[in-house]
Amino acid sequence: MSGPSDYQPTNPALRWIERRLPIFGLIHSSFVAYPTPRNLNYWWTFGAILSMMLAVQIVTGVVLAMHYTPHADLAFRSVELIVRDVNYGWLLRNMHACGASMFFFAVYIHMFRGLYYGSYKEPREVLWILGVIIYLLMMATGFMGYVLPWGQMSFWGATVITNLFSAVPYFGESIVTLLWGGYAVGNPTLNRFFSLHYLLPFVIAGVVVLHVWALHVAGQNNPAGVEAKTEKDTVAFTPYATIKDLFGVSCFLIFYSWFIFYMPNYLGDAENYVPANPGVTPAHIVPEWYYLPFYAILRSIPDKLVGVVAMFAAIIILCFLPWLDSSKTRSSKYRPLAKQFFWMFVVVCILLGYLGAQPPEGIYVIAGRILTVCYFAYFLIVLPLLSRIETPRPVPNSIADDVLAKTGRKAAPMVSTVIAIMVAGGLLVGGAQSARAEGGEVAPPAQKWSFSGPFGKFDRGAVQRGLQVYKEVCATCHSLSFVAFRNLADPGGPGYSTAQAAAFASEYKIKDGPNDQGEMFERPGRPADYFPSPFPNEQAARAANGGAAPPDLSLITKARSYKRGFPWFIIDFFTQYQEQGPDYVTAILEGFEENPPAGVTIPEGSYYNKYFPGHAIKMPKPLSDGQVAYTDGSPTTVAQYAHDVTTFLMWTAEPHMEARKRLGLQVFVFLILFSILMYFTKKKVWANAH
Amino acid sequence: MVFCRRGGPRAPAGLPVAMGAAGAVPPAADKKGLGIVTTASSADHPTRRDFLFVATGAAAVVGAAATVWPFIDQMNPDAATIAAGAPIEVDLTPIAEGQDIKVFWRGKPIYISHRTKKQIEEARSVPLSSLPDPQTDEARVKSGHDQWLVVIGICTHLGCIPIAHEGNYDGFFCPCHGSQYDTSGRIRQGPAPANLAVPPYQFVSDTKIQIG
Ligand code: FES
Repeated sequence: MSGPSDYQPTNPALRWIERRLPIFGLIHSSFVAYPTPRNLNYWWTFGAILSMMLAVQIVTGVVLAMHYTPHADLAFRSVELIVRDVNYGWLLRNMHACGASMFFFAVYIHMFRGLYYGSYKEPREVLWILGVIIYLLMMATGFMGYVLPWGQMSFWGATVITNLFSAVPYFGESIVTLLWGGYAVGNPTLNRFFSLHYLLPFVIAGVVVLHVWALHVAGQNNPAGVEAKTEKDTVAFTPYATIKDLFGVSCFLIFYSWFIFYMPNYLGDAENYVPANPGVTPAHIVPEWYYLPFYAILRSIPDKLVGVVAMFAAIIILCFLPWLDSSKTRSSKYRPLAKQFFWMFVVVCILLGYLGAQPPEGIYVIAGRILTVCYFAYFLIVLPLLSRIETPRPVPNSIADDVLAKTGRKAAPMVSTVIAIMVAGGLLVGGAQSARAEGGEVAPPAQKWSFSGPFGKFDRGAVQRGLQVYKEVCATCHSLSFVAFRNLADPGGPGYSTAQAAAFASEYKIKDGPNDQGEMFERPGRPADYFPSPFPNEQAARAANGGAAPPDLSLITKARSYKRGFPWFIIDFFTQYQEQGPDYVTAILEGFEENPPAGVTIPEGSYYNKYFPGHAIKMPKPLSDGQVAYTDGSPTTVAQYAHDVTTFLMWTAEPHMEARKRLGLQVFVFLILFSILMYFTKKKVWANAH
Repeated sequence: MVFCRRGGPRAPAGLPVAMGAAGAVPPAADKKGLGIVTTASSADHPTRRDFLFVATGAAAVVGAAATVWPFIDQMNPDAATIAAGAPIEVDLTPIAEGQDIKVFWRGKPIYISHRTKKQIEEARSVPLSSLPDPQTDEARVKSGHDQWLVVIGICTHLGCIPIAHEGNYDGFFCPCHGSQYDTSGRIRQGPAPANLAVPPYQFVSDTKIQIG
C-alpha cells in the first residue's frame, strides 16, 4: 500500500538529499500520504499513545540514569536524592514510574482492541506476533526497572521472579545463579538489571519499527473489519489520523498527569519505600499491577513447574491466536457470540488481576483456579469452537458503507457495555472483598490533614511543632537520614530562614574527618549536613531497642500503609486520598493502651498497640501529655503531638509536595484547554473528510 | 494522491509542501483553505478557522517548550551539590614562609602560598606592560596580607593543574602545554590566555581565611 513514493520536495536542498537518501519520500508515504481507513474509532489512537509513552519512558529514563547509582548500598538513597535534590527530579521520577503503568495500561487497551476487532487475522499475523514480542519485552523491562530503586518490593520481587527459572528441570539452579551473578540477589544482580533495563527499551523501539512496518504493509484493520478497497474508504494519514491521534494523546496526558501530580504513589507499593533488606520478606509480595493476572495464574497451580509453564503459556498463547480463531469475520461487531465471550474474557482478566493482589488462601485460590481455566478455555476452546459454529452477521460491503450506516445512529453501545461490565466486575470484587472482612485488624481512623487534596499545603506551624517533637522525643531512637538541615529553609517546608536553619544545624555535633592527622573529629553542624543518627549502626540500634531497630523516619509516612479494600481504592482514585501513611502513623502514636483487651497476651518487652499489625509493638508509648513544651500555645496533648509530628514526617517524606500540586494545577489547566482546542481542530479538519 | 481526492485546495493543514508541489493553487480557492498555508491571500484575511489552527499550534509549542525545561534544568547542579559548595575556612598558621598548601573548594584545587619577601618583590617589580594579562600584584592579594597568594590552581589554558614553585618565574608551571605563571599567579609565557583566577575569599582573622 505504501509503495515507492513519487513525492518530491520543492526545496532544492531537500531534493538534493532526497535523490541520495529518499528519506523525505519515506516519511511522506508512511506518515503523510499513507491511507488510513476512515472509520477508525478512538481505540485506534492507542497506537500513537503507546509510541508517545515509549518516547517518554526512554527520555525520562535516560535522564534518571544520569543521577541514579546502580549499587546495592547506594541505589535506594540515590533515588531519594533524585526526588529531593535534583531540579525537577520528583517530576522526572514520577513521570517515569507512573509512565510504566500508563504504558501497560495503554498496551492492554491496544491488545484488547486487537482482540475485539480481529486485528490479528490474515494478513496481520506477523504484525500481531511482533506486538506480543513487544509486550514480552515490556514486561522484562518493567520488571527490571522496578528492581532498580532497591526497596523491599524491588528486592523480593527480583528474588521471586528470578526464582521462577529454578522450575526448569535439571538446569534451574544454574540458570538462577547465572541470572543473579552470585549466591543470592545482590549487587551484581542490580548492576546487570540496570544495564539491561537501559538496553531493552531500545530493543523495543527496534521491534516497534518492525511492527509499524508490518502495519504499513498490511494496512490498518478497522472497526468494520473489511479491507479498504477504494479511495472512498480511506483518508490521508496526515492530517486526519495525525490530528485525531494527537487529540487522543492530549486526553491521555490528562489521565497520566493525574497520577504524576496527584497520585504518584497510588499504583506503587508502600513497602518499596523501605530499603531492601535481605533478611526480612514483606508480608505480602505483590508484583506491579500489570503482572497481576499472570501472577494469579502462577499461584493457582499447586505445582511449581506447571505453574511457571502456565504463566508463560498465558502470554505465549497469544502468538497462536491467528490460528486458534479461524473465523473469516474479523470484527466482533458482527459476531454476536464472540462479542459476548470477549467481554467475559475481559472480566476474567480483570478478576485474575484482582486475585493476584490477594493473599493466596481460601476462596481466592479456588476462584483463581476457576478463572485460570476460563482464561485458557477462551483461547483453546471458545475461539476455535466459535469460528466453526457461529453464524456472523453480514459485514458491510465497504468501509464507506459502514461510515454511511453509522451516521444515522449516534448511540454508543460500546460505552454502555463497558460501564455494565465495570459495575458487574465491581460487584463481584466487592462480594469477594466482604467475604474476607474478618482479620480483626482495625483500620486507622481518617484524620483531617492540611496537605490532603489537590490544593493541600503543609501547615507551617504543625511542621515546626512536629520538628520540635521529633527533636525532643523521636530523635532519641529514630534517625532522619534523608533530611539535611538546609531543607528546613526550603520552600514548601517548615518555613525557616537560611540563618535559622544554620543556627539549628550548629546545635548539633557532626562527626567529620579524617583531618590532616588522619583523625575523626566533631564539629558543629552546617546546613549541608544531614540529621545525625542516634546510633552509629544498625546493630547498635537493634541492641539498644530490644532487638528491633527503630526505622528511619524520613520516609515513614510513605513507607507505611494499610489495606484499602474495594471499593475504597477506586473511590480514592477520584478523591485523591493519599493519606493512608499519615493516618497509620498517627494511629500508632495514639494507639497505645496500658492494658491489652481480655484474651490478648503481649510478650515480654513488647507493648499493646491497637493499630499495629499483630498488636505487639517493641516501641514503648513514646508520647504523653505535656511532654513537649510548645511555645505557640497549641495544646500539649498526645493527639496534638501525634498530629504535628506526622505532618512534619509527611514533609520529610515528600518535601516537594507543594511544588508538585502547584505545578499539577497549572498542567491541568493547560492540558484541558489544549484538549478542547485539539477537539475543535480535529472537528474542523475532519469536516473536510465527510 | 489520496489527500487531493476532495480537491487540492480543500486539503487542510500539514500539506503546504504537497500543495505547492501540486502547483497551481487558485488564490480564490485558497481562501477557503488554511492559514497555515502561507500564501498571501489567506494570511491577509484570517478566518475563524485560521485562528483555531494558529491557537492550537501555539498552545502545542508553548506546552512543548515548557515540558523541555525540566529536562534541561535537571542537568544543573542539584541542591546537595550546591549546599556542599558552601564557604570553607582555612587555618593559615601551619604554612611557613615559602611554603604553600592545596585545599579543595567546590571541587577545585586552591593554592594558598605564603610568599617570601623575594617572591613579592619579583611580582611587584615587573612592568605591567610586559604582561599578557596586565594586573598588579596588589590587585590579586588582600592589602595588609600581601604575603598570602590565594589562587584557583586551574590553568586558564585547558584546565590542567599547574605545579607550584616551578618554571622560569618561580611561580607555577603547567605541565600540559607549558604555560608559566609568576609568583602572583599571572601568566607570563605559554598558551594560557589569562592569569590564574583569584577565588572569592576574605580574612576572618590574621591567620584564618574563608573561601567562598
Ligand atoms: S592546560 Fe595548562 S598549558 Fe594547556
